[in-house]
Amino acid sequence: MNYWTLALTSLSSAICSIPFSSLQVQPQPDAKMCDQTFLAITFGPCDSCGLNKPLMNIYLKNEPINYCSLCVELMACQGLATGETIHTLKAESESLKTKLEEERAKLHDVELHQVAEKVEALGQFVMKTRRTLKGHGNKVLCMDWCRDKRRIVSSSQDGKVIVWDAYTTNKEHAVTMPCTWVMACAYAPSGCAVACGGLDNKCSVYPLSLDKNENLSAKKKSVAMHTNYLSSCSFTNSDMQGCDKKANVWDMRSGQNVQSFETHESDINSVKYYPSGDAFATGSDDATCRLYDLRADREVAIYSKESIIFGASSVDFSLSGRLLFAGYNDYTINVWDVLKGTRVAILFGHENRVSTVRVSPDGTAFCSGSWDNTLRIWA
Amino acid sequence: MHSYMVSKMSSKMVGSNNLAHARRMVQQLRVEASIERIKVSKASADLMRYCGENAKYDPLLMGIPASENPFKDKKPCTIL
Repeated sequence: MNYWTLALTSLSSAICSIPFSSLQVQPQPDAKMCDQTFLAITFGPCDSCGLNKPLMNIYLKNEPINYCSLCVELMACQGLATGETIHTLKAESESLKTKLEEERAKLHDVELHQVAEKVEALGQFVMKTRRTLKGHGNKVLCMDWCRDKRRIVSSSQDGKVIVWDAYTTNKEHAVTMPCTWVMACAYAPSGCAVACGGLDNKCSVYPLSLDKNENLSAKKKSVAMHTNYLSSCSFTNSDMQGCDKKANVWDMRSGQNVQSFETHESDINSVKYYPSGDAFATGSDDATCRLYDLRADREVAIYSKESIIFGASSVDFSLSGRLLFAGYNDYTINVWDVLKGTRVAILFGHENRVSTVRVSPDGTAFCSGSWDNTLRIWA
Repeated sequence: MHSYMVSKMSSKMVGSNNLAHARRMVQQLRVEASIERIKVSKASADLMRYCGENAKYDPLLMGIPASENPFKDKKPCTIL
């Protein structure tokens, strides 16, 4: 399976932003990270009516076909003519679901932690808060690292977006958004701009200027209006949250939902790809984190403890994928051994819910943002 | 996009929306049933191999000396 990055042009043609939905984006390891990305919707003659229109790429009898949206609707309703009824379709649907379960079960020959028994156990971890970034007036909702491994952008419920130098804890820029609950922010790969959005239903890109006197708000560009609030945005290198118990994987070329996983018992708050791209981890309100392998098409590990009863809000992998950092609503961060399924460390320090956790681009540290208005750098 | 199409259809064609929805479900399930799958033992082995190969490049895993980590405090020095 080849998952392509989602891309979206806009006035400033810099980012992709997606409304509250369960969507995943594969970080392309070879693609150059740049501020310019391209529109990826096909437009052309419909295979059915021949008119030039925006096309939906669908599969009919395993063959990829391009239909315009009107023809897709007509095709989907042609069932009546060929003798299909709700009953026959429901029956086929049930038999397919059973078949899917059987196929998945056949391949479930062993558990990940059993295979991982021969792997060396990890030693004691000593991780401490190395920096505390104070300055937000309200809950920190989101943060992102710059590729230079030292700058961080964070956004908060008070409507402020701050760019920090994590080495010195100095604030380099501060922008006040016209809305509160700035739930998403991202650093441009070039390091020259940040994108953020929230209850204002759109994603705005602010160029970062070295001139302290410049009014950054005046230079902002609006990108991508949505009909709902923006929960996450990125410069073609991030992962989107789901708002229900399902984790869906989409093939960006066809717009097709190719895989779906529904084993969590509650809302999924965070989804992150494993560094190799063959798996992903989720954090959920059911107080567990889980690992799903895309090629085995099933859940392969659960990270949970009876003593953990609060939901996990955010997860991220270390560079090698051996460690999973998860921030919880009980103010702690748990560090899990991905292969063995055990917890290797529990980190205290925040005085309220941890809302976001991100490992730095070179893997030397990770940053956590919390409802206690601060961010902490751990190493 | 999938759910957007479904809701668009149900607002346009009231009578046949259940049928259209069922048809889409079946097509969706056919796609899911047709993908290639591998055994968990193989998938796990691959995950373990990836971890093993990249472990040495993972500073949080291996721990790097304080002098190389910009976030860790260096030994205190006195200014004479």
